[in-house]
Amino acid sequence: MPMRWPDAEPIEMTAGFAPTALSLRREASARPVEASSAERLRQAGTSVRVDRIVKSYGGAGPAALEGVSLAIEPGELLALLGPSGSGKTTLLRVIAGLEIPDGGRVFFGSQDTTDIPVQSRGVGFVFQHYALFRHLTVFENIAYGLRSRPRAQRPREDEIRRRVERLLELVQLPDLAKRFPGQLSGGQRQRVALARALAVEPSVLLLDEPFGALDAQVRKDLRRWLREIHRETGQTTIFVTHDQDEALELADRIAILNKGRIEQVGAPHEVQDHPASRFVMSFVGETARLSAEVAGGEVRVAGRTVIAAEPGWPQGPVDLCLRPWDLTVGQGAGTLPGTVREWRRTGRGTVAEILLDGAEAPVEVKVTDVYEPGDRVALAVGAARVFPRG
Amino acid sequence: MSETTVPSIRPPARPAAASAHAALTEPRPVRIALTVLAVAFLGLFLLLPLAVVFVEALSKGLGPYFASFAEPDALAAVRLTLLVAVIAVPLNVVFGLCASWAIAKFDFRGRNLLITLIDLPFSVSPVVAGLIYVLIFGAQGLLGPFLQRHGIEIIFAVPGIVLATVFVTFPFVARELIPLMQDQGTTDEEAALTLGASPWRVFRTVTLPNVRWALLYGVLLCNARAMGEFGAVSVVSGRIRGLTNTMPLHVEILYNEYNYVAAFGIASLLALLALVTLAGKSFLEWRHADALAGRGAH
Amino acid sequence: MSDAAALPAGRAAARPRFRRPTAIPGFRLTFGITLTYLTLIVLLPLAVLLLRAASVGPAGLWALITDPRNLAALKTSFGLSLAAAAIDAVFGLLIAWVLTRYRFPGRRIIDALVDLPFALPTAVAGIALASLYAPNGWLGEPLMALGIKVAYTPLGILVALVFVGLPFCVRTVQPLVAEIDKSSEEAAAILGASRFRALVTVILPPLIPAMLTGFALAFARAVGEYGSVIFVAGNLPYVSEIAPLLIVIKLEEFNYAGATAIAAVMLLMSFTALLAINLLQDFSRRRFGHV
Repeated sequence: MPMRWPDAEPIEMTAGFAPTALSLRREASARPVEASSAERLRQAGTSVRVDRIVKSYGGAGPAALEGVSLAIEPGELLALLGPSGSGKTTLLRVIAGLEIPDGGRVFFGSQDTTDIPVQSRGVGFVFQHYALFRHLTVFENIAYGLRSRPRAQRPREDEIRRRVERLLELVQLPDLAKRFPGQLSGGQRQRVALARALAVEPSVLLLDEPFGALDAQVRKDLRRWLREIHRETGQTTIFVTHDQDEALELADRIAILNKGRIEQVGAPHEVQDHPASRFVMSFVGETARLSAEVAGGEVRVAGRTVIAAEPGWPQGPVDLCLRPWDLTVGQGAGTLPGTVREWRRTGRGTVAEILLDGAEAPVEVKVTDVYEPGDRVALAVGAARVFPRG
Repeated sequence: MSETTVPSIRPPARPAAASAHAALTEPRPVRIALTVLAVAFLGLFLLLPLAVVFVEALSKGLGPYFASFAEPDALAAVRLTLLVAVIAVPLNVVFGLCASWAIAKFDFRGRNLLITLIDLPFSVSPVVAGLIYVLIFGAQGLLGPFLQRHGIEIIFAVPGIVLATVFVTFPFVARELIPLMQDQGTTDEEAALTLGASPWRVFRTVTLPNVRWALLYGVLLCNARAMGEFGAVSVVSGRIRGLTNTMPLHVEILYNEYNYVAAFGIASLLALLALVTLAGKSFLEWRHADALAGRGAH
Repeated sequence: MSDAAALPAGRAAARPRFRRPTAIPGFRLTFGITLTYLTLIVLLPLAVLLLRAASVGPAGLWALITDPRNLAALKTSFGLSLAAAAIDAVFGLLIAWVLTRYRFPGRRIIDALVDLPFALPTAVAGIALASLYAPNGWLGEPLMALGIKVAYTPLGILVALVFVGLPFCVRTVQPLVAEIDKSSEEAAAILGASRFRALVTVILPPLIPAMLTGFALAFARAVGEYGSVIFVAGNLPYVSEIAPLLIVIKLEEFNYAGATAIAAVMLLMSFTALLAINLLQDFSRRRFGHV
């Protein structure tokens, strides 16, 4: 079901409107036209389901997938998060129809789209490096999909013009229609790429590392802006990222991939607070890991009881995983000994880099006192997770 | 096997700026001596032969020079040369586009072998290129008796000349496009596909504009060779005046008849073609260096 | 084997296949056209030549190759081609160096002119060289006065072969000269090496594979060269007759076996040169990270 743009309504142009990244938020939410269209668009969102997708490559090439199943709700904003080589981009390309899976099916709504070629699948795809057509203007880039339709379904020239102008409004670039991609900044290209993908009224919007090639400030602004656009269009959106902050901040749900398998799917707070595996735990945030043992309802490190075990935790040898922010300098029973490596001031206070006895890497812990490298400290554990030793 | 067997005939886009620092360059007298030696060598081996063509052609004045083109056999040779180029160049353009699409956009076994095979005609003597067609289509050739029975003439006729020309110009377009298209990858095409474009539209509106300057570059070189080929064509042509004589063959005939003004007159046309080709090539390298890149990448 | 059994069923699809499947259309069409055209125009005709040569039989082939006139022509072709390629390699390096490293008026035009032998039809080059080096030519006359006869001698062939091979040797080396890492030169200078020593020990070694590639290309081209040579060679049997010309002569005599035998030897040499070039480039890629 392709979404429909509402009928033309005159858009009032703000005099001297300058689409700076910083002004995006207010500009976008202040536009009444888009808000009124949102309801209609939201109804058009399509669910996406992939079922036991298998994809392998002999030798070099994108990462393989080993039987991935995932369901995305209509209108959902889902992040595929994982390290490079985890298969997240491959999965996105399989959904788009750019990769042909060796096994498994892809469904849009109730329709099996596995064998539908990419041209007819009706997806919008934003490429990592945007893949704008260098020889075409911004206008022609955005109009490309409309002009690609069979003659019978192709909109009239004035209709194309109207739609492209609306999209340029939506992505806040109304004055750049005649520019060529080479004359745009990275952030502007990104927005043109998104407008081009939206122009074909896709049932699903797919973005491959949408902010990967941008610098930090533009990244942050565009992130917020993408959230706005998603709110307005209600488009089922899947984006790939290797940046956990990006996924946590943007997505309704996150699917975490590792080595061609999905480790966990859940809302940001779920994957953060209840990681399903040690990999998820360490991938979504800084983690200190210690060898420990669970026995008699207690977790012991080197024979010392640290915290009580929660029901359902595995027994026997485990990995004890700790978030730095769950650690505080303390005294007495249940603390973990460690050595201060370094102490420094930051914008938000003072931190100490502490290597816990038995840990492989140091963690940064907020402290109030001044320490010297080599000082011995004890850390109290506020919360922890254990995973079977692996 | 490596993907390139014949190197770029294109100079690097931007030569490194010469260092002014004394320790990092040669002493001034050495620099001057080396430059003079290099320029003298080029002047002696390249510039003088080029100059002599025009001087000889004009040695008897403008009248005889222009008279040499007006001669019917000369005109026939010009026409045949153009005809051969008009057939051979488009054939190799179509082939070059197909080959570069298949090789650059897909990953299949034996790809590098295919690239090597496409370069093969570069390492075959033009005379051998003519010979192989004589062995197939000639009177004593493989298909000779068959062709004779049906009254089909290939050797000592235009089809043979076209075939030999196609052979020697075979790799020109493909080898300009393959490295560039490999470098460009498939993302632009994928983007067009996700926007619903048909395969033909993807090729016409995305791929072709991306490679247009490299294509023009290849066509330029292909055409120069097609019009100037001598060895291969001379073997299959039979040199029938007015019928199977191309311009280079006509130059040979006139020269062997001691008709130097006419020989160098026709030769000067071919030399002009060469100069135009070099100028066009230099222009493309200067103006569209980025669009031709993909070469220096490996 | 137990590993394979433990894998999910889908992994069976990882078996080797001809082509990695993609969404890009048009493989069958373009690959089909490419292979058909390549086979019809290049591969089949070359195969016919080799079959024809083989049908003469090894003994017959050997007799044809060792025929004194054929042998003399092959020797002339290969010997002079080696010499010409060597001259081109040395001067190619010099020209590439000067064009890339030094600034002087007219450099761009001279740079463009290097490709002239690629663009100038060989017959035109041939008559131009013949006219230049003829006993009454611009260069022939003064050289004659010095007692050096160029036109209609093996020396004339050498001149023509140097002409056709030069651009290969310049253009293979030139990009590498442009990309020479300045810092390695600087390092050599800082370490106290003289400029000459830096050139010989630091700068030139990485260029050698490219020079050899250029040499092999110039050689392969020279062996097969016909048009630019025949006008200036004199074409005396046993003295200044090249192998490609002998093929033409045999053909005109309808001696297909003789023509084929010489052609087969030349093809073999070209392919050997081609193989050498590939190996060189592989070596260079591994050793220096570039071609």
